[in-house]
Amino acid sequence: MVERLTTGRRVFVAVNYALLLFMSLLCLLPLIHVLSVSFSSSEAATAGLVKLWPVEFTASSYQFVLAKPAFLTSVGVTLQRVAIGVTVNMLLTILVAYPLSKEVTKFPYRTVYVWVFVITILFHGGLIPQYMIVKYTGIMDTIWALVLPSVVPVFNVVLLLNFFRGLPKELEEAAFIDGAGHWTTLWRVIVPLSAPALATITLFATVGHWNSWFDGLIFMNSPEHYPLQSYLQTVVINRDLSLVSSSDMKSLMEVSDRTAKAAQIFLGALPILLVYPFLQRFFMKGIVLGSVKE
Amino acid sequence: MIKKLKSPYWPLHLMLLPGLLLVVIYSYGPLFGIIMAFQKFKPAKGFFDSPWAGFDNFQYVLDMPDSARILWNTVIIALFKIVAGFIVPIIVALLLNEVRKDVFKRGIQTMIYLPHFLSWIILGGILIDILSPSSGIVNQLLAWVGIEPIYFLGDNRWFRQVLVMSDVWKEFGFNTIVYLAALTSINPSLYEAAIVDGAGRWKQTWYVTLPGMMPIIVLTLTLSLGNVLNAGFDQVFNLYSPQVYETGDIIDTFVYRIGLIDAQYGVATAVGLFKSVVSFAFISISYYLAYRLANYRIF
Repeated sequence: MVERLTTGRRVFVAVNYALLLFMSLLCLLPLIHVLSVSFSSSEAATAGLVKLWPVEFTASSYQFVLAKPAFLTSVGVTLQRVAIGVTVNMLLTILVAYPLSKEVTKFPYRTVYVWVFVITILFHGGLIPQYMIVKYTGIMDTIWALVLPSVVPVFNVVLLLNFFRGLPKELEEAAFIDGAGHWTTLWRVIVPLSAPALATITLFATVGHWNSWFDGLIFMNSPEHYPLQSYLQTVVINRDLSLVSSSDMKSLMEVSDRTAKAAQIFLGALPILLVYPFLQRFFMKGIVLGSVKE
Repeated sequence: MIKKLKSPYWPLHLMLLPGLLLVVIYSYGPLFGIIMAFQKFKPAKGFFDSPWAGFDNFQYVLDMPDSARILWNTVIIALFKIVAGFIVPIIVALLLNEVRKDVFKRGIQTMIYLPHFLSWIILGGILIDILSPSSGIVNQLLAWVGIEPIYFLGDNRWFRQVLVMSDVWKEFGFNTIVYLAALTSINPSLYEAAIVDGAGRWKQTWYVTLPGMMPIIVLTLTLSLGNVLNAGFDQVFNLYSPQVYETGDIIDTFVYRIGLIDAQYGVATAVGLFKSVVSFAFISISYYLAYRLANYRIF
């Protein structure tokens, strides 16, 4: 469509571009600022000289952070929770989504099961009862405390079951005619066809596990079992000096609290930034998947 | 044909079993644990042997001087977030819709979606750094135009504003997605017809674009009803401090402190139960309305 550009339209377009650019910078610049602080010398950072580019460039705060055993241990815990948590999440999401994607005529018990899961998103027991259940089931201070309480992400189940429903029914029927049961059909026909949806949900689950911090804070008794985000909560947000060892203290003086915090903030965000291009490609699909309803 | 006598559903039941079992333990278990709200709960005695307390825990909370303030903080923060978080994405989606250059549009989208994927630990750390009254860049900019440093995170006159604005900052970009999807589904012939009828840009927006977005606008607004008591624990917990309890302490942070820090389990459960019941009512109403108004179903 060829349109004649009036003066008013030109002004609008210019203002619009400026406004949108301003909003995107608002989202990006704080991160760039913190990144610049993390690569600046402690004197420059403390004196507030750093704007959007490192002043007196140095990577010493990264050397300091990456040499801290507590930091590295927490990264290890996070990697462990992501590996175990996402695997179990995905397995259960698939296993729950498949039966629930059946029509009521094909699986009469569907309604009952759906309600069992719906109730969990409508009504919560609350923080303290959840804490007690984790305590009484004996998983406190283990990796399972970070995995089991949120083991079936209901919204991911909804996304996936909607995707399953969108697949051509003929494929499944053909599999049944060839003598395949539900298990074979699920793993050999449905799952291979659902790669885009599964990729989306895997990413959602990964980001979710990477970003979780509160469960680590309350379910882990000892700081060396903290996942990264819980550890960052204690050092970046709540400066807990008990977690800073005396040798750390000495090097901290050289590194400055501010640049060290900035480096840790950036390292905590880094994996998300790395998978972000994939995330962006997939989540649009994910949202669209979720909106497909019959 | 013995196989036919068996229920054909057993593989499906079996698939659901592991997930169901864990959900029963970790989601329904806490529902059972709500009885703590009516007990003088001792962790060593458990759910079954702790002495009963009737409604004492509730009475205790009602008698606390802070409880009205905490409820008020929760509702006011949540409502401002709902309203601001509702309006901004619609406006931004409309503005993005006017961008004809795809590269520019995608670039903007990439940048504004980003904060959504970062945790409140990361964003909280960033905010604490840039809002610091001594070395923060925001106060440097303010000083540049002659404004005295403001302690944004420690001043009761500013704390709620910071909460609402930073929440919008995190989510506005991501929340444009649903509106942008709705915009692409508007039939182009409607615009052509409007142009033939002599409608300018503003009139096209008003009479074609907005009505086309209406169903999704109604849907997001009704669904946000369920959040009236969700002032955002992750955010508040990482930004607040005792100085701003007066304006920033919310139900969830209060439950955390009296429950897990002060170990008053019964009292904290009672407060949590209050929140769950009210939220349940609002969520149910919102889902019902969303179903009636926009034919929305979760499953």
